[in-house]
Amino acid sequence: MGLLKEPDLGTPAKPGLATVTVEVDGMPVQVPEGTSIMRAAALSGTEIPKLCATDSLDAFGSCRLCLVEIDGRKGTPASCTTPVAEGMKVRTQTPRLEKLRQGVMELYISDHPLDCLTCSANGDCELQDMSGVVGLRQVRYGYEGDNHLDLEKDTSNPYFDFDPSKCIVCSRCVRACGEVQGTFALTISGRGFESKVSPSANDLFMDSECVSCGACVQACPTATLQEKSVVDLGMPNRTVLTTCAYCGVGCSFKAELRGDELVRMVPYKDGGANEGHSCVKGRFAFGYATHPDRQLKPMVRERITDPWREVDWETAINHVAERMKDIQARHGVGAIGGITSSRCTNEEVYVVQKMVRAAFGNNNVDTCARVCHSPTGYGLKQTFGTSAGTQDFKSVAQSDVIMVIGANPTDGHPVFASRMKRRLREGARLIVVDPRRIDLVRSPHIKADHHLQLAPGTNVAVVNAMAHVVVTEGLVDMSFVDSRCEDFDAWAEFIARPENSPEAVAEITGVPAADLRAAARLYATGGNAAIYYGLGVTEHSQGSTMVMGMANLAMATGNIGREGVGVNPLRGQNNVQGSCDMGSFPHELPGYRHVSDDAVREVFETLWERPIVPEPGLRIPNMFDAAVDGSFRGLFVQGEDIAQSDPNTQHVTAALEAMELVVVQDLFLNETAKFAHVFLPGTSFLEKDGTFTNAERRINRVRPVMAPKTGMHEWQIVCEIARAMGYPMSYPHPREIMAEIAATTPTFAGVSFDKLDKLGSVQWPCNDSAPEGTPTMHVDAFVRGKGRFVQTPFVPTRERSTRKYPLILTTGRILSQYNVGAQTRRTANVAWHKEDVLEIHPHDAEVRGIGDGDEVTLASRVGTTSLRAVLSDRMPVGVVYTTFHHPVTGANVVTTENSDWATNCPEYKVTAVQVGLRHSGSAAEQESEEEPALVD
Amino acid sequence: MTRSDTGEHTTAISPQIRLANEIAVQFPHLPPEEAAEAIAKHIRQFWDPRMKAELLRRMDAESTALDPKALAAARLLRDQAPTSAGR
Ligand code: SF4
Ligand code: SF4
Ligand code: SF4
Ligand code: FES
Repeated sequence: MGLLKEPDLGTPAKPGLATVTVEVDGMPVQVPEGTSIMRAAALSGTEIPKLCATDSLDAFGSCRLCLVEIDGRKGTPASCTTPVAEGMKVRTQTPRLEKLRQGVMELYISDHPLDCLTCSANGDCELQDMSGVVGLRQVRYGYEGDNHLDLEKDTSNPYFDFDPSKCIVCSRCVRACGEVQGTFALTISGRGFESKVSPSANDLFMDSECVSCGACVQACPTATLQEKSVVDLGMPNRTVLTTCAYCGVGCSFKAELRGDELVRMVPYKDGGANEGHSCVKGRFAFGYATHPDRQLKPMVRERITDPWREVDWETAINHVAERMKDIQARHGVGAIGGITSSRCTNEEVYVVQKMVRAAFGNNNVDTCARVCHSPTGYGLKQTFGTSAGTQDFKSVAQSDVIMVIGANPTDGHPVFASRMKRRLREGARLIVVDPRRIDLVRSPHIKADHHLQLAPGTNVAVVNAMAHVVVTEGLVDMSFVDSRCEDFDAWAEFIARPENSPEAVAEITGVPAADLRAAARLYATGGNAAIYYGLGVTEHSQGSTMVMGMANLAMATGNIGREGVGVNPLRGQNNVQGSCDMGSFPHELPGYRHVSDDAVREVFETLWERPIVPEPGLRIPNMFDAAVDGSFRGLFVQGEDIAQSDPNTQHVTAALEAMELVVVQDLFLNETAKFAHVFLPGTSFLEKDGTFTNAERRINRVRPVMAPKTGMHEWQIVCEIARAMGYPMSYPHPREIMAEIAATTPTFAGVSFDKLDKLGSVQWPCNDSAPEGTPTMHVDAFVRGKGRFVQTPFVPTRERSTRKYPLILTTGRILSQYNVGAQTRRTANVAWHKEDVLEIHPHDAEVRGIGDGDEVTLASRVGTTSLRAVLSDRMPVGVVYTTFHHPVTGANVVTTENSDWATNCPEYKVTAVQVGLRHSGSAAEQESEEEPALVD
Repeated sequence: MTRSDTGEHTTAISPQIRLANEIAVQFPHLPPEEAAEAIAKHIRQFWDPRMKAELLRRMDAESTALDPKALAAARLLRDQAPTSAGR
């Protein structure tokens, strides 16, 4: 398509039915109550000139360009701020209005540089457009008087410039930053002629609160706020609609190109997940896709100490197939396996698990979700019957109480956080359960009602105590429980035991009983209550138990099955949901169906013409254990950097070193590739053709902006390996892979590329009974029939602070970086996060003689690393915090083999550590000598 | 290599024993027989056959390292599927 310009109706839509009839320039139109005249006019086909209005923001009424005349009313009201009334007759074009508008424009233009022809926004400037629309022919005021023409440009942000000389002070940027993004970084200071826009306290953008989401840039009608890429490359001239490949929010974007060059990413208003908003990663950090570090040719080597040898695709594929077959001949069918990636499309993941099951002939397939959300799969399946969040993102707008547990949405899921913050500003109450004082606890216009600052590893004790309050204080929604759930009585008896009371657990959790009781009462009685949770829930030895504990709480209070409530995992990577849906777990075929189910196996066996093993295969940590003991020797790794992202690096590297064949398919030579024998270059999201499924089960299309730079699509390579191993597997196009998914997987039965192209996106289940998908799950019945209460005793982790390792380390992520950082570190986003740092409480720092910015060693019983300390009281005393975005830090050098009992999801969130000044001869330092860290 | 919480080296516990113990401690609320049944069911549903075989192979020799509930579960697994758990 050419360049897609989405219509701008001037003011946001109002809810409700179109019941009010008005006439605009003689054209009747029906709109919901409260709709502005401007929007009604646009809907009737008449565009009223405007500058300060845009339909992503509430009307402001400052530019006075949108004046209209209304029969029977005096004056010329602004159409953006005036709501319609039944029977109203509006005129938008009269000589009087024309004159008034020209006068307004004349004033604007007299203080605006007239370099339109060379301006970067030429052709995409509303000021330029409007002077044409209002028929401006002369500017009488001249440019000699006071003006703003030589104000200095702020180019501090790596992605956009701010040129105040072009600003018309329409305040769209200020409102976008507040209303849409919720950061409130911009202000208009001064009055009248003196008024000007600036980042808080007249800082440079980079020194301000700005998080570089770009909402202001998108809202700006002039070239004042402009993407640097547009300045450099020029205005784009065609659009490809696609989906962000960073996080589980799954924002829809217009990739705007000039010829074959990607100029900018603009969030798509019709995107179901994001509705026109984005964060810094999706909008700006796409440069990695064309980064020179990308390896574009396949490579092979005999030993991991040999240099790489570039080969052609055929050689590489045959090499993989022959070695895999050879290993199986010598060590058994189960000696090889594969790992799928949450950054790949559903179609790419599906073919990998099919290759493992049909061509390898075993179930040794797992996915990187193992290390993040596998407990979600287990816990929600046990209680509700399927592994997925219960709501769509929009649902949060109906919530009265929002409980955020072990998640940091403003950093991890920024666009969803913006939605959530909007609802909180409207008055919804907030409970944060997190050891760390995340930004949400206190941010502009938001303050958590309760921050339960629990000790890491005590989630289950806290959720049980909340449920204890609900049950013992008579707050259970008995009609919901009676009609919708089972096993309640035994659970209620268990949870009401005194050992689960807030008072009994306060000492372990560190949460004062009164706070906990108040939070529980608020959750149970405050109206629609919704739970949103992240890896702070799952990455624990009781991750699965905690997921079930939250499900119990939601069921007991009737907070399931309608808008505004629910239990919702905030998924990390873009396609965690999809990669799990696609049968990436060693015990489940696509659609979360156990491999022991004869009927399900038969569906696939018939289609694939191969028997499927009825017993589970190895999980990722089991693969490592089996590699060390010699029974597992060949591994295909699709786009995951297990050597960096998995816990206990030494054990992982020992396992990788022990293998005969490690095949890595990725964009870059990552840490895992250091242990690989074959490297198969992968494709970036700009080259992929397929679908991603976001955290709200929304299946979005990913459309290629360019052909694969490697010459082959990832799914084609996988098919070729299977074929070379003797199992024919081929598809003309990814749409046929989706057709096979739909044919075999009931929850996807109604999904096709055609439907996605038509509807934009659908949320599974999508089938005959829900042909357009399912925004809210478990409405009349749970997927498993009755919701099941599961008893969730609190069992403390084995990982405890000791005299030698007295602190607890917990880990997280930050906004500008993404997981192991392979992508974001190759973009200008490093401006915000040059290194991983260790946050330590000033008290813990002081007793160790550590100052802000000091280089420190971080040691656990399994390893040692070093990084820079930052003093911060966001963590309680005794707890330290770091991120894991940079390989040099190797934060996982210190994390242990402990894992969730049910799923073996690693316990990243709790590691006993010691911290000491580097080169101080501390205990940590001695430890590092006896046991070297990461093998490089 | 495995180390204890105190950082001291201990004799290596096999991963299967460790994992079985981790499951076993999660059922303090159930009577012993029910707990053993729940643990055995979990292992049946989620463990690769070679891991089950390894657990059964080691259960007698390393019974002291096994949580009693895990041991009871291993016995159930052995009684139910004495031979088929091979790789
Ligand atoms: S920077 Fe742009 S959006 Fe902001 S006030 Fe100026 S012209 Fe309006
Ligand atoms: S980029 Fe986003 S956070 Fe920064 S000023 Fe603009 S709207 Fe605000
Ligand atoms: S990283 Fe997540 S929130 Fe940001 S644009 Fe991409 S999908 Fe949206
Ligand atoms: S568009 Fe209505 S006053 Fe600016």
